[in-house]
Amino acid sequence: MLASDDDILGQAEVWAKQGRGVALATVVETWGSAPRPVGSHLAIDADGHFLGSVSGGCVEGEVVTEAMDVIADGKPRVLEFGVADETAWRAGLSCGGRIRVYVERID
Amino acid sequence: MRSDLLAQLNEARRERRAAVLVTAMDGGAQRLVTPATLSSDPLADQIDAALRSGKSGLVEQEGASFFLTVQVPPVRIVVIGAVHISQALAPMAKLAGFDLVIVDPRTAFATPERFPDVPVIADWPETVLPPMKIDRYTAMACFTHDPKIDDIALEQALRAECFYIGALGSRKTHGKRLERLQAKGFTTADTDRIRAPIGLDIGAVTPAEIAVSVLGEIILALRKKALRVEVQK
Repeated sequence: MLASDDDILGQAEVWAKQGRGVALATVVETWGSAPRPVGSHLAIDADGHFLGSVSGGCVEGEVVTEAMDVIADGKPRVLEFGVADETAWRAGLSCGGRIRVYVERID
Repeated sequence: MRSDLLAQLNEARRERRAAVLVTAMDGGAQRLVTPATLSSDPLADQIDAALRSGKSGLVEQEGASFFLTVQVPPVRIVVIGAVHISQALAPMAKLAGFDLVIVDPRTAFATPERFPDVPVIADWPETVLPPMKIDRYTAMACFTHDPKIDDIALEQALRAECFYIGALGSRKTHGKRLERLQAKGFTTADTDRIRAPIGLDIGAVTPAEIAVSVLGEIILALRKKALRVEVQK
């Protein structure tokens, strides 16, 4: 079964209770034909395990990488992805949409 | 996010309570707002609107940007009648991501053998429904067309402002049903909320096809129109 947002926030809580470093990524804004709606979550642990999705696979790798820094320094970040993005060649949305993702650490 | 806020958010979801997490995009300060604490919140109007739509999103106030993570209870479907249509509807609803429970006091119908992997409660709706706390995030589909079983369930669904209420039965059967409900004090505006004949008009013939038409009608009520209680306001 697909992971629902319920499972994702529940899993984030379980990971945090196990003492793992955990970050939560949330789609906060979309333009055009974004693959996942505003409010979609991706939970990431310090070992790079993740559950959920913010883009249907296009930019998850980049978000997980950024999440490592967020887990390390605790500072929330806003990431933006889209075809116009300079990183499009490695982390772009092939659908032509744009998304903004908020990444925060669970403290 | 503070882990205690995450725990509260998850607890609210488990207990079918609405909650909104407010995150200041500048600085990341957060608070959890519930319907109980809504009126005293500085973003009360925006949060209230978000709770009604059920959608997360950014809001602005005095030049500052806030993200609202909106959590409303997951939609569940309560089916009255452990009948053939319910046997088809149960796995379809599960695939579409809805929780579903079947209620039927007739123990010959309500058996685990007929309904693998679905909660089936072999008791009367008047006993089963109150502790279940049906709400505006609940869809009710009545399939027994036996007044002794369906009527109480319909009355409770109307009072609980379920976002979808459907009842199986011919127009004649439904006409009599409306008379009984109106005799109990329900207005025409109330009873107009009952979808009958149940299901979208797709020419459904078999129980499975009727189940498709009912599931489609439930999704229509959920996604296309505001929840019933909002329409009235």
